[in-house]
Amino acid sequence: MLKIDVEACIGCGLCEDTCTFGAIKVEDSVAVVGETCTLCGSCVDVCEVGALSIDTVEKNVPDELKDWAGVWIYAEYRDARIAPVAFELLGAGRKLADQLGVPLSAVLLGSALGESAEALIAHGADQVYRVDDPALANFTDDAYANVFEDLIREHQPEIVLAGATAIGRSFIPRLATMLATGLTADCTDLAIRAEDGALLQTRPAFGGNIMATIECPTTRPQMATVRPLVMKPNSHDGSRQGEIIDFTPDPARLQSRVRVLRSVREESDEVNINEADVLVAGGRGLESEKGFEMVRELAGLLGGATAASRAAVDSGWIPYPHQVGQTGKTVCPKVYFACGISGAVQHMVGMQSSDTIIAINRDENAPIFQVATYGMVGDLFEILPKLIERIRESRTGEAGNR
Amino acid sequence: MKIIVCVKQVPDAKDVRLDPKTNTLSREGVESIMNPFDRHALEAAVVLKEQYCGTVTAITMGPPQAEETLRDAVACGADHGVLVSDRAFAGADTWATSYTLAKAIEKLGEFDLIICGKQAIDGDTAQVGPGLAQRLDIPYVAYARKITECVDGTIRLERLMDDGYDEIEMEMPALMTVVKEINEPRVPSLKGKMKAKKMQATVLSAADIGAAPELLGLQGSNTQVVKVFSPHFSADKCMLAGTTDEMVDQLLAKLDKLL
Amino acid sequence: MIVDVARQITAEKIIPQRAELDEKEEFPTEILRDIAKADLFGLYIPEEYGGFGGGSFEMVLALEEFSKGCVGIATSFAASALGAYPILVSGSDEMKDKYMPEIASGAKLAAFGLTEANAGSDASGIQTTAVLDGEEWVINGTKQWITNAGDAKIYSIIAITDRDKGPRGASMFVIEDGDPGFSYGVKEKKLGIRASSTRELIFKDCRIPKDRLIGRRGTGFFTVMKTLDLSRPGIASLGVGLGQAALDEAVLYAKQRVQFGKPVISFQAVQHILADMAIQVEAARALVYGTARHIDSGAKEISKESSMCKVMATDMAMKVTTDSVQVLAGHGYMREYPVEKMMRDAKILQIYEGTNQIQRNVIGQALNKEYSRSK
Repeated sequence: MLKIDVEACIGCGLCEDTCTFGAIKVEDSVAVVGETCTLCGSCVDVCEVGALSIDTVEKNVPDELKDWAGVWIYAEYRDARIAPVAFELLGAGRKLADQLGVPLSAVLLGSALGESAEALIAHGADQVYRVDDPALANFTDDAYANVFEDLIREHQPEIVLAGATAIGRSFIPRLATMLATGLTADCTDLAIRAEDGALLQTRPAFGGNIMATIECPTTRPQMATVRPLVMKPNSHDGSRQGEIIDFTPDPARLQSRVRVLRSVREESDEVNINEADVLVAGGRGLESEKGFEMVRELAGLLGGATAASRAAVDSGWIPYPHQVGQTGKTVCPKVYFACGISGAVQHMVGMQSSDTIIAINRDENAPIFQVATYGMVGDLFEILPKLIERIRESRTGEAGNR
Repeated sequence: MKIIVCVKQVPDAKDVRLDPKTNTLSREGVESIMNPFDRHALEAAVVLKEQYCGTVTAITMGPPQAEETLRDAVACGADHGVLVSDRAFAGADTWATSYTLAKAIEKLGEFDLIICGKQAIDGDTAQVGPGLAQRLDIPYVAYARKITECVDGTIRLERLMDDGYDEIEMEMPALMTVVKEINEPRVPSLKGKMKAKKMQATVLSAADIGAAPELLGLQGSNTQVVKVFSPHFSADKCMLAGTTDEMVDQLLAKLDKLL
Repeated sequence: MIVDVARQITAEKIIPQRAELDEKEEFPTEILRDIAKADLFGLYIPEEYGGFGGGSFEMVLALEEFSKGCVGIATSFAASALGAYPILVSGSDEMKDKYMPEIASGAKLAAFGLTEANAGSDASGIQTTAVLDGEEWVINGTKQWITNAGDAKIYSIIAITDRDKGPRGASMFVIEDGDPGFSYGVKEKKLGIRASSTRELIFKDCRIPKDRLIGRRGTGFFTVMKTLDLSRPGIASLGVGLGQAALDEAVLYAKQRVQFGKPVISFQAVQHILADMAIQVEAARALVYGTARHIDSGAKEISKESSMCKVMATDMAMKVTTDSVQVLAGHGYMREYPVEKMMRDAKILQIYEGTNQIQRNVIGQALNKEYSRSK
């Protein structure tokens, strides 16, 4: 538990301000810890007089950890294609593997996998463990986790990364529990600690308001799911050489208590907001459906997609799939326009990693300006029409010059 | 049908604001609420109970004040609440949490279905549900968006995927996590509120569930927090100034470079 | 507890949808279902009929919360109570057994049929007749501007049974949706409360079983008067909730709107409008709560008090919503902000369940009676 050295504590209140869970309070000039403490340790870090400490039981680091080596990534395969996040994982995994001086391997599970293994090698894998079996045609947690477990137990990689997709977030936790090891969800940054080669996994917590760096000190493999679109993939290099290792699982391990009866793809007629380079998002400040039209128009002109804050979705101006934020999607386009979005924490979580953020709002104190690369304080109903008009002019100008 | 719903008490994110000066969270007036995704899980359970008869037990792991969340659950249709609470649980990561919940659920006896929200809004990990299924060795489906039917010990449902959905059939006992599309949670009823007021939650300690101390809380966690810090925001912040025309000019110049 | 439940419904279900329902003049079926799931339809119905066993005060609290969100939706809810009261006041135990549980659970919505083309405030102008033919009553006539008509399943209506008996010549009946010879007129288009539905009830040789008579033959007017005495504080509370919501909007806007470099709330001209609004809302609330408690104490004579709070609170609502639009000025007049709807919704409160002029008559007559007696 959290220990407070009452002699050392000066009652400055830094810890109280820092605690995300409201678990620590300064009473009579001394910090007091309450029931909601989760031992996250953020107060220990901010305490300037070293009055706080967390009793950690020194865990023995088992010797056999040394036997685990290599970086693995899960190459998600569905609908006859490798999910883009697999290439991003190869990009990130390559760096980790090079730093550790170990091979990078990909695990490919599915049925009728075609040339996918070769594609993974071209993007940076040294080895591909391939399990091509009709029983894996549809994703089921049981079978995928079983096969993956067998591979891991046999080859003992030190790091296993997977995409934080619907599939990854579904069965990877089950796999980690099977292996009795730790898993960090939704990482946005991965690094190797030089001293001991430990994997430092950084993820947003509390809706992105704080970042936490997490390690997995006593068990292997060190497992993490990684947010799509965060890591940069390596480019395709057809000349790369690698080894493809086919694995035939025990049929009993392919049995699943879950049956997929039918798999339905839902075509959306609009660009998926996760994939657009330019996103124009609108919020409450647009005041009406009519106001929201300006956002659509601007998105159309810039060849981007339309997104929205929860307020706009709740007002019925645009359907839910366009919602960005904690209860919607997380995006990171090249350019993100936030029009009339004040910047509730829940929204910012979903877009703050965009390369460039342009915010337009009439309230100069709106929190959105804290994350904005470029901010404009003013009336949307003046700025947007002007912007649209100018872009349109420049387009027709270009067309005329041609 | 015996249904267990896992709920978690979380700070109401809508009250959480970023303090612009210190760039830290301001928790002033932040209330504790039931994790919003868990409200959907509870509603799914109550709807199943109404359709097929049975009982709904809400279970939570947390400090004593988490009992409030169990009361909310009873007000919204759960029959009973179970509070798993012990100082030894503090600092638990998802691995230790799923262990603790699994031990508590085993203690409660037989069940047909466990429903969890897809994730909690404070941690966003989405790991406790699948971990729990593994520990109880039962089939599991994540992201249920619709329950089609529940007959002869099997449940049919639709699972939301990134690019559509799958129709799934699963044997019970089983565990599923639900997304918010699955239903519209009801508000508490008057009768439910009265029942909630009188409800005596079953309180289970580490000893009650026969948990191994070394697997609980911080000690039982495989992951450890190395450090916590505020996210740093874009360094080259630039507020455009001037008349509307001037601002639009500046922006277009910047956009030209970006696109 | 009642307030918590009603407030949550208002915040989560009513407010997000009110503008759309108003714009499309759409009946709030889903929201009424939510209210039913929360057990609130049974608020005023005795426990033996599946209700909560509350009184006027409980009803007033719930209606005040709903009307903070939307008076149209609150009216649909209140009108069901208005349709149920005659059965509660004068109906037989068998009749209560039959209808009350369905109304209490919200499975069926009720409505009240008094007004006709030539009979509104002047109830003696009723033209609808009911004639006993063997084991059935045969009803003919048309009721006008009936709230919930077409959406309700149970109707309490008044018809003349013995024209020559004057005030003792009218009786009340229960009509069910689907009774032979019973149909609805077209949906009316209204200035406000557009989420509520208003239609005619048309009776053409409508035949209903003999036991649908509410109470004894000839007690129709008595039942109507008792019903309205009970329902008027409810209408008054709609005024209180609406006034409060209009005040809330005005204050929030005034704090945020900047003119001449300052939020407009810092100008005394605005402060005084807001202060007057707040005074009136609070005064009306006090009177309505007082009246409801007076009724719940079992008082016999409640017509005067019930009329007084209806007049006071609904006149207040009209004034306060108008002032709220004034504070929001240009924005207030636009549909993007909720206050123009509030102002449109307020007007009906001064008209329905007896115009405020008729209420003043009731008060005047009661005063006359009271002072003659005390002399």
